[in-house]
Amino acid sequence: MSKQKVTIIDTGVANLSSVLFAMNRLDADCIISARESDIRNADKLILPGVGSAVAAMKSIRERHLDDLIVNVHQPLLGICLGMQMLAGFSEESMSQGTDAVKCLGIVDGGVRLMKVPGLVLPHMGWDQVDHDGSCPLFKDIPSGSYFYYVHSYALDVTGHTAATTTYGQTFSAVVNRDNFFGTQFHPEKSGPIGHKLLKNFLDL
Amino acid sequence: MLAKRIIPCLDVKDGVVVKGVQFRNHEVMGGIVELAKRYADEGADELVFYDITASSDARVVDKSWVRKIAEVINIPFCVAGGIKSVEDAARILEYGADKISINSPALADPTLITRLADRFGVQCVVCGIDSYYDEATDRYLVKQYTGDVNRTLITKWTTPEWVEKVQECGCGEIVLNMMNQDGMRKGYDLKQLKLIRSLAHVPLIASGGAGEMSHFRDGFKEAECDGCLAASVFHKGLIHIPELKDYLRNEGVIVRD
Repeated sequence: MSKQKVTIIDTGVANLSSVLFAMNRLDADCIISARESDIRNADKLILPGVGSAVAAMKSIRERHLDDLIVNVHQPLLGICLGMQMLAGFSEESMSQGTDAVKCLGIVDGGVRLMKVPGLVLPHMGWDQVDHDGSCPLFKDIPSGSYFYYVHSYALDVTGHTAATTTYGQTFSAVVNRDNFFGTQFHPEKSGPIGHKLLKNFLDL
Repeated sequence: MLAKRIIPCLDVKDGVVVKGVQFRNHEVMGGIVELAKRYADEGADELVFYDITASSDARVVDKSWVRKIAEVINIPFCVAGGIKSVEDAARILEYGADKISINSPALADPTLITRLADRFGVQCVVCGIDSYYDEATDRYLVKQYTGDVNRTLITKWTTPEWVEKVQECGCGEIVLNMMNQDGMRKGYDLKQLKLIRSLAHVPLIASGGAGEMSHFRDGFKEAECDGCLAASVFHKGLIHIPELKDYLRNEGVIVRD
């Protein structure tokens, strides 16, 4: 098989080098870009995410990437905040007294501050991901495997949820709708299991 | 269940990993990337790199080794030492570090914590606290500039007060370095850890004193820490991470496979 052409969509706010290095370790032909042609011509797309939902969505709209992303046909993987941006809305900004920010609306549900009585936030560290084996990202990855998380907001469990994790509450660990995938955890930081999941994504 | 984290700490000085006893007399332990890779392969859950000369020296320290680590390993890691500004932090995060840890510069200007949290998110901002038990007054006091014996000073802060302050400012994780125990391998200061645990609503990492596997168990089970950090026991091969995880699992601590 020839090298997979991967474009990491440059949202302008995220730190992208970790994802780029992970793609290099998988021998993908990977670039970071916000150019329409680089997005259209890629075999696979990654929507990364570190930062806040407000800043990320603002940047996506300013770069006119929202319509483009919603209409892509290649497999797209949103990671962490990138996954949350696939949802209908995010309440991340609301602590500052503003309304929930509208996201891309590709998968159902909203992103809310986690309710974890008696537990610490952020939810930081390795936690177990439960799935029923139907999502192709989990090929040869047992349910209950540990992945690395860093977040305080989480996406509801909906019909598009492909895997869950429970930390105080049960939330969407992975979502999938058609060619769109998203992981709340960071596969690029999840050791050999994360490497395997990213390989499964490239093999789609 | 969220797993408890085993965190080897690599003290970096002039581009190599070193370890001293009670922050002094440093001895070379090996190359940065090679040790990082070894620990990641052995099942370390996270790594911390402390550039121990950085905060004490006025010079700008070359951090390009951060990028080399990020290229090779695929577990999270934190870089500490010499981060005095938002720009310093941005460079290290761009190189591929997941978190940055600040200590002396936060004591000099606590607003740095807030500026870092606003720019990068609280999850990126770790506060390292060098806590010293003062027998004369029976208090835990915060020390500053511990990387240089000649500059180290005791601050106005007691450790509990500083723990409250850093959380107010937006710190996302606390690494508590218990200086009286550091390098002694006699166990973490559980009394102090429990006190700080009761005040910390962000993840708490114990540091300083691990010498036996039971010390890690006590840190997790008795003091309910989220992570246990250690250096010399790993570097000197006194404790192997796979065996440590087997031991902890048998003791009923949740650890990653």
